[in-house]
Amino acid sequence: MVSEKKDRRKERLDRGIKVRTDGVYAVSSWLEMSYLLAPRLIFILGLLALPVLLYHLPYWQRVLSIICIYALLAIGFDFLANYVGLVSLGGGFYIGVGAYIAALLNTKLGLPPFVTIPAATFLGAAICTLLFLPCLPLRGVYFAIVSLMFPLLAARVIEAFDIFGGTDGILGVDGFGAAWMEQYLLLISVLVVVFVLRRLVDEDVGLVFRGVKDNDQAVKASGINITTYKALGVCIASALGCLGGACLAHSYMWAGISQFALDFSIIPIAATVVGGGGTLIGPVLGCLILVPISELLRDFGTLRIAVYAIILTGFIVFKSEGIMVYATRKYEQLERWVQI
Amino acid sequence: MDIVIYGIVNSVTLALMALGFTLVYGVCRLPNFAHGSLYVLTGYITWILMNRVGLNYPLSMLGALVITGLIGAAMYQFILVRVRGMAISEIIASYAIGLAILEGLRWGGLKGGTFTLPPFIEGSVDLLGVSVDFQRLIVVAIGLALMALLWLFVTGTKLGLALKGMAQDERAAMTLGIDSDRMAVVSMAMGSVLAGIAALVLLPLGNIVVEAGYNVLIMAVAVCIVGGLGSWTGAILAAFVIGFAQILTIVLVGAHFQVVVALVAIIVTLILRPSGLFGQQKELEERV
Repeated sequence: MVSEKKDRRKERLDRGIKVRTDGVYAVSSWLEMSYLLAPRLIFILGLLALPVLLYHLPYWQRVLSIICIYALLAIGFDFLANYVGLVSLGGGFYIGVGAYIAALLNTKLGLPPFVTIPAATFLGAAICTLLFLPCLPLRGVYFAIVSLMFPLLAARVIEAFDIFGGTDGILGVDGFGAAWMEQYLLLISVLVVVFVLRRLVDEDVGLVFRGVKDNDQAVKASGINITTYKALGVCIASALGCLGGACLAHSYMWAGISQFALDFSIIPIAATVVGGGGTLIGPVLGCLILVPISELLRDFGTLRIAVYAIILTGFIVFKSEGIMVYATRKYEQLERWVQI
Repeated sequence: MDIVIYGIVNSVTLALMALGFTLVYGVCRLPNFAHGSLYVLTGYITWILMNRVGLNYPLSMLGALVITGLIGAAMYQFILVRVRGMAISEIIASYAIGLAILEGLRWGGLKGGTFTLPPFIEGSVDLLGVSVDFQRLIVVAIGLALMALLWLFVTGTKLGLALKGMAQDERAAMTLGIDSDRMAVVSMAMGSVLAGIAALVLLPLGNIVVEAGYNVLIMAVAVCIVGGLGSWTGAILAAFVIGFAQILTIVLVGAHFQVVVALVAIIVTLILRPSGLFGQQKELEERV
């Protein structure tokens, strides 16, 4: 597109090794096995090694936890937008619900974090799904609009009715025992979620999800209730968000209105667009790039949201495929110019 | 009596906020999520022109409207046109532009002290035993005038008819020689100017704050969903429904519940009549 010449075009061919590793012969040589394994191992081991590498930098260890929380949210957004076809602009809502439930269970009932986090994940997912249920018949724009209203209204309702600690939030939530526990809990959650979701979307249920996105009338005509599947999709995405929110509450030892804030809605979207939508790993990469930038810009206050928004606009307009899709293409295919 | 008068004022306020959004959506099927930020931006530019540049009030209002219109047109011409037709990208791109404007303003402009625009005419008047200030009456007058003007524009002028044609059937309009991209630019500019006009008449009632941008966006969207996206009659009617519902909630239940009214209205509408009061979309194909 960029260097358009009249009489030539770009041709893309799969690399030989890519073709060989697609078949059953993949395990016949070390070269092919490493071709398949290398990117995956780099991703998994790299993530697992990060807390060790950052051992002497406590500040960046915290950033790592935040990256993972955003990554969970971003994976949820990617899954919902690119596999189920629901664009949810209100990621902050999931985080807020998860954080408040974990904080309430912890402070009011005295449950320890390893009980409140799973409880908040499942309870939060149920609550979010129930609240979104009336909006699920909506598609595209309409769902985006309504989901945008949820976090804004939730914050205002808590403020107006002065429930759950009102504007002060809930203080005195138990922290994690040790920093490494928090980081590995989050990192392993991210890895497990990526692993499970990447397989889920290739199963039958994933096929139905994509059908709902591409042509919901056809899915309906096949006698499948699309609202059930959309609810399932929202349930999965909100469970991820609530898991992140619960960890956030325990990590900051606090839950409050600011957890419904815009950061949580915009950064996952930006990370998904930058990293590459529809890949489920792209959002994690996007978070690894964007969240540290956000931390460096912390001194500038809300300017960092503006910076994000500009990065996001730039990517979506000029390079909408994202880093991950681009990298996969380079890894798997040869490109060359051919004469027409 | 207060319920009636303040209900009308509130309803016209909502209609003013929603007009620009529904115009843009109606003509080019583009949900302009930057609507709220254009609203705040107009107020801020007016304030700058008045207090920093030193123009008088009417002139700076005019200037701000022109600038906002140009920004809206440029936004479409240079950015949104590239993602036209991709629903997800349109939403994200316009939302991101809106966020950039709003949060940029919060960082660089609207901080330290309060920013206010003076009302057009000071004072208040007794109307059937209820005291209403002039600014609120002006809001109603300008709101009603704007609706009438828009109606005349759409039914009477060539440009208005072209816009209407595009709203009804873009392909057919293109075969008749209507340039769809140019019309979209025009509609974005008009939508931005409408957001600006709403800002200029409404902002003197309070301060110019960034949060207003989000509120306006939410209210505009709520009105448009309840009324049926892309339908002006529906939007105006929905503005009255939500406007009176809000005032009644404040009087009968309590001011705290006002924030929930819009969401409840949306949810009830979606359950009972998914295409809105006057939705032009077919229920099955477009929304459900």
